[in-house]
Amino acid sequence: MQWFDALIQGILLGGMYAQYALGMALMFGVMRIVNVSHGDLVILLSLIGISLASAWGLGPFTVMVALVPLAVAMGWLLQKGILNRVVGDDPLPSLIATFGLSLALQNLMLQIWSANSRSLPGGGIESQSVQIGGIYIGLLPVIVLAFATGLTWGLDLMLKRTRFGRALRAASADVEAASMTGINARAVYASATAIAVGILGFAAVFQSLRSTVAPADGGAQLIYAFEAVIIGGMGSVWGAFIGSMVLGISQAIGFRIDPGFGVLAGHIVFLLVLATRPQGLFGKA
Amino acid sequence: MTAALSTHGLVARYGDFQALYGVDIDVAEGEAVALIGANGAGKSTFLRSIMGLLPVTPDMVRLDGKPIGGTPTDRMVQNGVAIVPEGRRLFTGMSVDDNLRVAVDQADRFGRKGGWSLERLHRLFPILKDKARTQVQNLSGGQQQMVSIGRALLSQPRVLLCDEISLGLAPKVIREIYAALPEIRAQGTAIIMVEQDVGLAQSASDRLFCMLEGRVTLTGASATITREQIAAAYFGGSHAVV
Repeated sequence: MQWFDALIQGILLGGMYAQYALGMALMFGVMRIVNVSHGDLVILLSLIGISLASAWGLGPFTVMVALVPLAVAMGWLLQKGILNRVVGDDPLPSLIATFGLSLALQNLMLQIWSANSRSLPGGGIESQSVQIGGIYIGLLPVIVLAFATGLTWGLDLMLKRTRFGRALRAASADVEAASMTGINARAVYASATAIAVGILGFAAVFQSLRSTVAPADGGAQLIYAFEAVIIGGMGSVWGAFIGSMVLGISQAIGFRIDPGFGVLAGHIVFLLVLATRPQGLFGKA
Repeated sequence: MTAALSTHGLVARYGDFQALYGVDIDVAEGEAVALIGANGAGKSTFLRSIMGLLPVTPDMVRLDGKPIGGTPTDRMVQNGVAIVPEGRRLFTGMSVDDNLRVAVDQADRFGRKGGWSLERLHRLFPILKDKARTQVQNLSGGQQQMVSIGRALLSQPRVLLCDEISLGLAPKVIREIYAALPEIRAQGTAIIMVEQDVGLAQSASDRLFCMLEGRVTLTGASATITREQIAAAYFGGSHAVV
């Protein structure tokens, strides 16, 4: 029973990780842009959300309505202002540029919000749960998982079925050939990054509801997102979702073995996947 | 006949290396011209310059007399110039259908009308219908070339640039692909083809241009040009072989 409970809690935790991983699946998995500031953007959005909530007494879902468009705008600016200048076959320039951005964002956040941990008041939903057959299932984690599933479904459909999705996949496969087919790759990339960061608007609200956030926390979210995408396989949106589940379940089981072992267990499973199936669970060899 | 596309003293360089020294080539509506020349003569560079992939001044490339040189490549496609690039350059990891749909999408986006549709392309190259769901990297070279040509046609071009579409293909497949050109031209589409095979270039085109070291060394009607003239232009006067 204890292990079954760990499995359930792991899947729910995976829902949270999936929300970080989706944007990463789009940027790293599809566009092959390494965005080191991914985690810091989640934290920045969380802190903005917390400040909005305390300034105007907004509920978490009202904050979400404000935060997602803001995140979309931030993503668009990130691509237009920085990433479009450094994209190309070489991943190093985007890595260095966003590493610099990451450091700048962390220090900016320290300056504005100090190093204190904060969280978003949820009006009670963060502590509600239902008991099913001896297992307590939190309401908030279920909502998180539901949002993650919906976002994954929507993103996957967008990539496969829409004009924009096809243009993005084409530009990711061969930028020059895409331009020879009439695609304005920079405009497509700007929209794609806007979507990727926009998803972080959802993640930011849930992250600050379920735990506390502080300016230096971004690194952990970044690693989880990278690991989920790589476990799942580059270029696969559902792969990133499953990768997040694998990571969540590994951590939850690790926590049951020893409270200090949880996070490490996730990293070990990631390394095992990398060693035995480097293309990821859903990736093509 | 007025030129659909023409170049005027087109000069192109890669950094300090000058690849083209004033190239004047023109093609009329529904006409096919072939561009031949040895490796490094500048044929592909010429096509890339037209497409806006190398910096050129506006006056160097004209479409219906309007200067459009150096326009960004995606807008060049919207203007009605499409290319079948060297090495096919398909979108790996996507199906045949999705590769073609990308071009349809972009033509729709700008309301470009023309005679090409997926159905018509399937009649031209029936294999593309059978392989619609196959990922392009799993196709044979000839099938890939058909996708690449199809993708360019679905941009509804008025001028089609073909960069060595016969390269690396079996003679039977080459015949099959070249058999499609008359139908493309019947549409009114002008074709500039770069071709290694001189015999093929001569038989598939109305006029021929031979390039040597970044300059046009021979121009004439494909039907009347002689092998000797071509040899002289191809290798340079002093190396002429009979």
